Amino acid sequence: MGISRRNFFKILSVAGAATATARTPARAWESQAPSEAYGCIVDLTRCIGCRKCEQACNEVNKLPPPDRSFEDLTVLDRKRRPDEKTFTVVNRYYSGRIDERDQLIPTFVKLQCMHCQDPACASACIVGALSKQENGAVNYDVSKCIGCRYCMVACPFEIPAYEYHDPITPRVMKCTFCYERVANEGKLPGCAEICPVEAITFGRRDTLLKVARDRIKENPGRYVDHIYGEHEAGGTSWMYLSAQPFEKLGFVTLPDHPMPRLAETIQHSLYSYLWSPIVLFGMLSGIMWAFRGKGERQEDHEGGNL
Amino acid sequence: MSHHHAAPTHSKFWTPGVVALAFVAAVGLVAIIARYIGGIGYVSNLSTARPWGLWIGVDVASGVALAAGGFTTAFLAHILGKHYYEPVVRPALLTAMLGYTFVVLGLLVDIGRSWAIWKPMIYWNFNSVLFEVAMCVMFYLNVLYIEFLPMVIERFKGRVRLPGAPDALNRAIDSLLALADKVLSKIMWVFIIAGVVLSCMHQSSLGALMLIAPTKLHPLWYTPILPLLFLTSAIAVGYPMVVFEATLATTSLKLDSEMKILTPLTRFTVFLLGIYLALKVGDMVIRKTYVYLLDGTSQTNAFLIEMVIGVLAPWLMLLSPKVRQSRRWLFIACTMVVGGVLLNRVNVFVVGYRPPVSETNYFPSIGEVAITAGLIAGLMLIYRFLVTHLPVLNKPEKEVIA
Repeated sequence: MGISRRNFFKILSVAGAATATARTPARAWESQAPSEAYGCIVDLTRCIGCRKCEQACNEVNKLPPPDRSFEDLTVLDRKRRPDEKTFTVVNRYYSGRIDERDQLIPTFVKLQCMHCQDPACASACIVGALSKQENGAVNYDVSKCIGCRYCMVACPFEIPAYEYHDPITPRVMKCTFCYERVANEGKLPGCAEICPVEAITFGRRDTLLKVARDRIKENPGRYVDHIYGEHEAGGTSWMYLSAQPFEKLGFVTLPDHPMPRLAETIQHSLYSYLWSPIVLFGMLSGIMWAFRGKGERQEDHEGGNL
Repeated sequence: MSHHHAAPTHSKFWTPGVVALAFVAAVGLVAIIARYIGGIGYVSNLSTARPWGLWIGVDVASGVALAAGGFTTAFLAHILGKHYYEPVVRPALLTAMLGYTFVVLGLLVDIGRSWAIWKPMIYWNFNSVLFEVAMCVMFYLNVLYIEFLPMVIERFKGRVRLPGAPDALNRAIDSLLALADKVLSKIMWVFIIAGVVLSCMHQSSLGALMLIAPTKLHPLWYTPILPLLFLTSAIAVGYPMVVFEATLATTSLKLDSEMKILTPLTRFTVFLLGIYLALKVGDMVIRKTYVYLLDGTSQTNAFLIEMVIGVLAPWLMLLSPKVRQSRRWLFIACTMVVGGVLLNRVNVFVVGYRPPVSETNYFPSIGEVAITAGLIAGLMLIYRFLVTHLPVLNKPEKEVIA
């Protein structure tokens, strides 16, 4: 009795160890963020809402001409979102601050894909059409896309748009971080290059974070002590500095961990080496074998009646 | 009563109900044609903020959940060897096969590039929950077709008479069927178990789909155990779905009501639905989401309807043997369970989905409803056609309706 029990525990511990070994690679979720990612800092205290970035983006990415001219600033009277024809938009917010002549001081907010460090869209994409590049861009490869739009469901910033009116070959449309220009031509993204007030600073993400912290430190009272995008959703390549709290400017409040972490941890701990389906298959075979012969008196021979 | 004979019903096909179904299916077909001319945006209310709507919530997520009768009855009758329940396996299998076929048809309409649906076979993303779901659904659909084959073979083996075909050809096809019959009966156990394994995998992963969007799904539904809830609810809805279909089919085709099988079958449901109910309530208590219950929003109301009318009430009803023995009350209770799981899937993918930035409201367009209704009507028409001509349903013994 004692021996068999000891054997039983031995078997148990071996089985446990085997399971543990099989699961080791998946136990700790690790960020896939590139170490040398580029990014941009948008300083909202500098932006004057001129919409030059929208125009440059439209030209660089060869997007369709806008309904209203880029010079037309009344466009700002309405809050807009990036869509399938516009990769970036500037919105105007009034936070209630007034200048010396009692005029409301506007804050302008440029929106585009945030190019997350661990993008939810890339994790979600069924075919891996979306991927985080070494230079920081979240790239879309239309040749793989099947149009399931799970990327749009996953994106916490609600950025990817869709060509819903193309019946056969619609594309997911979003800011490209001017991937070709940055990677192959050594240029800045279109919006960062054109900005007349240097509201957009392009650079290595770690350098940008230092720049942003210095600006906050050297200009007491000018900024809220928060770099939006440093930690949001595990960190983004595009980041923001602001004088007003971000939640007053339409920024969504997000957890600090990367969005894919929970789903990927569950998937990988269950399905690495397909261990759980194999174990389940084995268990069910055992049960089927144990219960075989029951009810075999039936004359009827069919499907599962072994 | 353990012996049974499935047989083609050979009933009249074009009844008034069938004509009505054909009309609904035709309207859906028109809407599908419109979708392929004008694009998804032409027929639907889907948007950047609302990329998934009625089609994913009903055609895909609910379609998969309500096809769970296939693997749950196969588990009971073939793996646990409870052959008493054999008569319900074939109709459940047929429903699962048709259900998954229409899930794929619904997906073809919903995805922007229908012609590219094969691409996940080439481009793999192991991080993607949807990739795993797609692979499982693909394999499972094939497993279902293989499991269905014996019904076709049984019908035609030994009597292949192709009109105008030479005798030799008929004989050749016949011997092919005989060979397939022999081989299949030897290896069918592999497919039966694979069907259960694949079902457990993708039924749960369908719930894991939303885990990547914690800021978008209402906290009443967003929980790390969402995959477990999807799996347990799919298992729980399997037998009620069998009762639902069997009652409809036996009434419509004037067959024996099969209460001798359905009554004991739903005893298991008391246990299975109880597990789901306990997990749902326990999850709500642990995450303290009951604070939302009385805030009167449409999300909360949808949750209350889902839980009270769709789970709690039918569970209490099924506890009573009287309900389980009454054809009418059993049908009502099981319909409530089916409705509860359907509403749960719709809630997770549509009602509870609240994009915090855009905060747009979504209500399905006429085009979306027409396509969903058309697909369901098409499914029912094929079901009726197949049970008329293949040995699926139990041979009528009497026409008494309890």
